[in-house]
Amino acid sequence: MSALGSSPARPLLMGVLVPVLAIGIWQTIASAHLVAPYVLPPPVAVLARFRSELDGGTFWSDVLASLTRALAGFAIGAPAGIAFGLLLGLSRLAGRLVGPIFLAYRQVALFAWVPLLSMWFGGGEAGKVAFIAMAAFAPATVNSWRAAGAVPAPYRELSRALTLGRLDHLRLIALPSALPGILTGLRTALIYAWLATVGAELFLDIAPGLGGRLNEGRDKFEVDLMIVALTVLATLGLGFSQLAAAAERRSIRWRKR
Amino acid sequence: MTHAPRAALEIDRVGKVFNVAGRRVEALRDISFSVRTGEFVAIVGASGCGKSTLLRLILGLDTEYEGEVRLDGRLIERPGLDRGVVFQDHRLLPWLTAEGNVAAALRRSGLPKAEQRRLVAQHLELVGLAKFAGAWPAQLSGGMSQPVAIARALVNRPRFLLLDEPLGALDALTRLRLQDELARIVRHEGTTALLVTHDVDEAVFLADRIIVLQPDPGRIARIVEVDLDGQRDRSAPAFLRLRDEILDTLGVRHPPPAIATATATAA
Repeated sequence: MSALGSSPARPLLMGVLVPVLAIGIWQTIASAHLVAPYVLPPPVAVLARFRSELDGGTFWSDVLASLTRALAGFAIGAPAGIAFGLLLGLSRLAGRLVGPIFLAYRQVALFAWVPLLSMWFGGGEAGKVAFIAMAAFAPATVNSWRAAGAVPAPYRELSRALTLGRLDHLRLIALPSALPGILTGLRTALIYAWLATVGAELFLDIAPGLGGRLNEGRDKFEVDLMIVALTVLATLGLGFSQLAAAAERRSIRWRKR
Repeated sequence: MTHAPRAALEIDRVGKVFNVAGRRVEALRDISFSVRTGEFVAIVGASGCGKSTLLRLILGLDTEYEGEVRLDGRLIERPGLDRGVVFQDHRLLPWLTAEGNVAAALRRSGLPKAEQRRLVAQHLELVGLAKFAGAWPAQLSGGMSQPVAIARALVNRPRFLLLDEPLGALDALTRLRLQDELARIVRHEGTTALLVTHDVDEAVFLADRIIVLQPDPGRIARIVEVDLDGQRDRSAPAFLRLRDEILDTLGVRHPPPAIATATATAA
């Protein structure tokens, strides 16, 4: 790719600048006793809590539980969304029949489904995974739908000039041309799945997981634990999105490098 | 060729009207000419004279028009493998290699796989790009992409090679080189060729006959036989005379008039 965003040293330095500054201010506030430590513990205390979580507690199994849930939901929702989106984009009939319903579904906030899903699937593992799958489903659908419906006219014309049959048109023209969009959908679905994982863990039954630790922090009034959990959530989310973007770049090998 | 040349393609009183935002725009009016088997015919005209529209009708991409376009006496109803096309943008599929792009044209040929592979290799060889069979289009320059597109158009051994300003997007040097290439390739394949271009030199260099179109609406201004005794020397007096004659027909005086009088000439 181009120089944009890939030149290593300076952008990284600038990206780190603000967090470092924020931690500095945070430490100053804590040192000056401006806020009670049980409301905002100092950075050092949070770091200590992080260490003790890593050494002793259930932290690793919590992280693993959340990751497993996210990936399970993603593995169900994303492929289903891609299949559904391709159907909507490639078949004009399906697009007309089902498209409006899907658009209506998109108008309902994801969390509004929590009560219904917990009734159908329970508040346990099945309900959580169903919720995450639903979160991954929507962006996978939207992106595949748009991509499959937007095969450039010159390529469609070429397909006609070569008298390609329906299957060849799909294989040689429509699907490859939709691939970048599908991959964008997958990447977005992965991020949504991770966001929904915390949601499911917060709003459905308590179970091992980072969301559960957040609840625990609130119940026991342990702000340090909450900050640790939030930081880990953010870091893993960032990792997910970087990983997905890298996979996206690599899988389209015909692009100019 | 043992049989006498006959009209293989007949354009018979063809007219085409577009509806652009509720307005009637006449693109072609009363176009009639025919192309004999083995002939190389060029259609020249300024942009907007409907020459690409005409090519789309012959391709069978557009069947809503007045008059008739007949191929061997039969009305054209849809695209077919008897007509290979090269567009101005090379239109190679970026996700297929050069080889894959040429092979895509053979999907409907019904030929056995081995024969298809042989034809693909043979045609990449013909356009001089055998070494780049495995290259992605993004790795090819414009001067290399268009020959691949020509190979794709020829791989089915079509009766007609339709060329829609195939060299129009290339730089001048590459264009000259590919004109030589195109002449060689068409001669080698013995295809009947129909070239749409706005480059008069290109038309005189390549064609046996030149149909000169004028715009608004697109209609035939003249049909010019290119009789240069097989000598296509771009700087020979006969070549230049013919070129200037056509430019005159197109309303472009040669040498070009001073800029001050240009508006008067255009009106």
